Amino acid sequence: MADLSTTFAGIKSPNPFWLASAPPTNSAYQINKAFEQGWGGAVWKTIGAPVLNVSSRYGGYEYKGNKLVAINNVELISDRPLEVNLREIREVKKLWSGRAVIVSAMVESKPEAWHDVVMKIEDTGADGIELNYGCPHGMSERGMGAAVGQVPEYCTMITEWVTSVASIPVIVKLTPNVTDITKPALAAVQAKADALSLINTINSIIGVDLDNFQLKPNVGGKGSHGGYAGPAVKPVALHMLSAVAQEEAVQRVGLPISGMGGIQTWRDAAEFLLLGATSLQVCTAVMHYGFRIIEDLTEGLSNWLDEKGIKSVGEIIGASVPRVSDFGDFDLSYKVVARIDPETCTNCNLCYIACDEGAHQCIDLTVDGHKIDPASYAGSVKPIPVVREDDCVGCNLCSLVCPVDSCITMLEVDSGRDSITWKELTSQKPEVLNWDEMEKYRREVGIKIH
Amino acid sequence: MDGSKLSLDELKDRFSEIKPALSKREASIEANRCLYCFDAPCIAACPTSIDVPTFIHKISTDNVLGAATTILEANLLAATCSRVCPVEELCEGACVLGTDHKPIEIGRLQRYAMDYLYDRDLMPLTTAPPNGKKVAVIGAGPAGLSCAGELAKLGYQVTVLEKQNLPGGLSTYGIVVMREPIRIALEEVEFVKKLGVEIKTGVEVGKDISAKDLLEQYDAVFIATGMGKVPDLGIPGEDLSGVSEALSFIAETKLAEKEGLERLSKLPVGRRVAVIGAGNTAIDAATIAKRLGADNVTIVYRRSAEEMPAYDFEYEFIKNEGVEFRFLSQPLEILGENGQVSGLRCDKMQLGEPGDDGRHQVSPVPNSEFTLECDQVIKAIGQEKLLELFAAFELELKRGYVKVDETLRSSNPQVFAGGDCIRAGGLAMTVTATEDGKIAAKSIHNWLLETTS
Ligand SMILES: Cc1cc2nc3c(=O)[nH]c(=O)nc-3n(C[C@H](O)[C@H](O)[C@H](O)COP(=O)(O)OP(=O)(O)OC[C@H]3O[C@@H](n4cnc5c(N)ncnc54)[C@H](O)[C@@H]3O)c2cc1C
Ligand SMILES: Cc1cc2nc3c(=O)[nH]c(=O)nc-3n(C[C@H](O)[C@H](O)[C@H](O)COP(=O)(O)O)c2cc1C
Ligand code: SF4
Repeated sequence: MADLSTTFAGIKSPNPFWLASAPPTNSAYQINKAFEQGWGGAVWKTIGAPVLNVSSRYGGYEYKGNKLVAINNVELISDRPLEVNLREIREVKKLWSGRAVIVSAMVESKPEAWHDVVMKIEDTGADGIELNYGCPHGMSERGMGAAVGQVPEYCTMITEWVTSVASIPVIVKLTPNVTDITKPALAAVQAKADALSLINTINSIIGVDLDNFQLKPNVGGKGSHGGYAGPAVKPVALHMLSAVAQEEAVQRVGLPISGMGGIQTWRDAAEFLLLGATSLQVCTAVMHYGFRIIEDLTEGLSNWLDEKGIKSVGEIIGASVPRVSDFGDFDLSYKVVARIDPETCTNCNLCYIACDEGAHQCIDLTVDGHKIDPASYAGSVKPIPVVREDDCVGCNLCSLVCPVDSCITMLEVDSGRDSITWKELTSQKPEVLNWDEMEKYRREVGIKIH
Repeated sequence: MDGSKLSLDELKDRFSEIKPALSKREASIEANRCLYCFDAPCIAACPTSIDVPTFIHKISTDNVLGAATTILEANLLAATCSRVCPVEELCEGACVLGTDHKPIEIGRLQRYAMDYLYDRDLMPLTTAPPNGKKVAVIGAGPAGLSCAGELAKLGYQVTVLEKQNLPGGLSTYGIVVMREPIRIALEEVEFVKKLGVEIKTGVEVGKDISAKDLLEQYDAVFIATGMGKVPDLGIPGEDLSGVSEALSFIAETKLAEKEGLERLSKLPVGRRVAVIGAGNTAIDAATIAKRLGADNVTIVYRRSAEEMPAYDFEYEFIKNEGVEFRFLSQPLEILGENGQVSGLRCDKMQLGEPGDDGRHQVSPVPNSEFTLECDQVIKAIGQEKLLELFAAFELELKRGYVKVDETLRSSNPQVFAGGDCIRAGGLAMTVTATEDGKIAAKSIHNWLLETTS
């Protein structure tokens, strides 16, 4: 059993799994229940400015019969009175000294307001504060949430208001609704934040009701962009996480990152860890299935680490970050080609049509080794798809659409060319930026474009 | 009677597991179809209360070892159960998807998880340090193994005494090869042994060691002896060559398959076979006879189709196998020629008033005798109770079964009992026997804790 215990900016938890600040962390009742089931920590539903929520708040993205591939919401921060939240936070922390209890906060953009809420939070005994610079709706219009997170200068300013008075770790939660996530991240670093967390929800409209043209969710005939979260956002979150984890300024001060956005299984969790997350937060998956998923999250992660012979979760944090590279550093001579195993092929021909119409026309349908034209072929023998490996550009598409496990493999082959990157090529031969020279270069080294 | 006339390939087809194993992708798709219900009805429908949604969720995330662990925590004989449980009546029958879609294939997913574990020889369970107490278990069938394994987990020194050469009880000797090959039953036994259980085969309690000695040498005894052999019909002709009893007939195919198809092809089988009785055992024996290559197999039953103890799906299955039925037919004599079976003389029966058990009384139709031509007769009219053994422990009985309270304790406070030896007919299943083992282990543990503290 691998060691899953985690220390994040000095905050200890028995495993890296925390509940994200959201409906599942709305009350002591819920967090007590979650801790009983093994959650390592919880970030309290954002407290702060007074709000009024609307009714009809969430929309679900159902894809091909799978419910809740993603959720979107127009919910605000906690609508329970501040005092009630503070009292319950204190109770929870007292009961669960070994678990991470973090409080998410968002108040008006005034130093006094922030100072005040920091003091109140510290008074509860909580382990840390998370600054919610992410809420993309409702709060941003009032100059809070994403309105802060999208402007690096505001981000620095407010973070400084907090770090200058806080004695417990300060985590800045970033909004993904920016073109370059590293900008607000660096702003937080500059303001001496102790840690970062990401991503908050993504601006989205989940859909339109075709019967009555109403937006989803529908609030009395109106709709709005809301925050998008859940399994579908994971690739976006992984990218933003790796971009921040790669930042030199972040690495230099060793700033830990709490990763979230689409974590549902231990496999997702492992990917976040490999790309640089030290702790992990979960919201939508719990909203869908309940706290009980923690059993598989911890056990699955631990079993996987055991299988790999890795003793503790700390050993894999950021292990894949050095592989995150620029396109310009890729080896242009690396080559893979697709190969279809005729034994396991079921003749669905999805690879054929994908390559023929969506890629590079390198798969033939064949009978007895002879290419046939599917439009005119009338024989009784089922044609078999075969890759013309010389023409295959190695784009992976056929293997991605193939429904049979390991039927199409991408084989590494020797291109016969010396390894070279785009950066090297264009510095050695800047002339290739001209088409004629490019063609000449291709002929020289033997690059054939099919 | 000759050996099977079928080719080895044909035999292989006929004696392979009926439901094939799921591939990784099939398992993943099926597991992802599961709704992961909260407080799910499938859990309540499983006699051992396996946390079905949790283990299926774990398969869906490819935490298959975790899935197997969840299963084993509730049921140590889950590899057998996944193959032999009447899932239509249990977990899958309760699946909420059953109402408007297809229920989840819980049994096959469970098998997928257990195969994963056994293929890799993994041991996810931990055992407590030895507590110095000794328990004897009589019978290495599902009830005995389950109890022994659960007690070993708690730190007991457990010895299982088994009269047969191979452990496993009916999983080894009784359940047809197409549902469970011996290999699986024995793998499961090995797993229980790894928990620290000692199994002594070829030791019959009451013969090789007395009840009295056991009670003296062990702190507690668990009786899990199942049932005895199929009783005689009590009609003339039973000693003719070609007359056998269903359990030995099935056991021969199990042992033969273990040694290979070659051996299976040499098993003698009649051309025209009559099977007497209509319970699960009769159905199984008839299936085996048919699959070994008999031209015609007829089940002869004294009552009507409605009263058959077999499940509906078994009845459907066996009809598809091409087995014929003679309902309302009472065997009177097995006829022979040159010492070899040549036919079965029967009376036609008629239904009368329903009896105490709700089943109709039957009585012979006057002058209705007929003869069914056959060269093999297989008796499958239930199993005898092991009264001698129960008497040696001086146990109170209830209709021939050991009388127990809800903690599975018998009239002797030191003796507990479970499995087929406490339970009649339809409810006697591998999974109920397994649950009995669990309950008894808990009761023995609670009792020994009490008496020593
Ligand atoms: C033909 C057949 C098919 C079946 N098919 C199914 C099925 O598909 N699904 C299902 O759920 N159930 C099925 N069952 C029922 C299931 O096999 C039993 O309910 C289950 O095996 C009972 O377990 P047990 O441990 O009580 O008894 P058993 O499995 O009978 O084991 C008892 C063990 O005790 C040993 N023993 C007996 N006396 C002594 C003694 N004096 N000393 C030492 N050892 C002794 C026996 O040799 C035996 O190994 C089937 C039964 C039969 C007969
Ligand atoms: C309904 C809902 C309400 C949320 N409320 C908050 C909030 O109050 N404060 C906050 O920082 N994040 C909030 N979030 C964002 C989550 O904390 C988290 O960043 C996001 O959902 C991504 O994780 P997930 O994919 O696991 O859901 C909310 C998300 C949802 C779905
Ligand atoms: S989950 Fe359903 S019942 Fe509960 S608050 Fe939301 S709409 Fe109401």
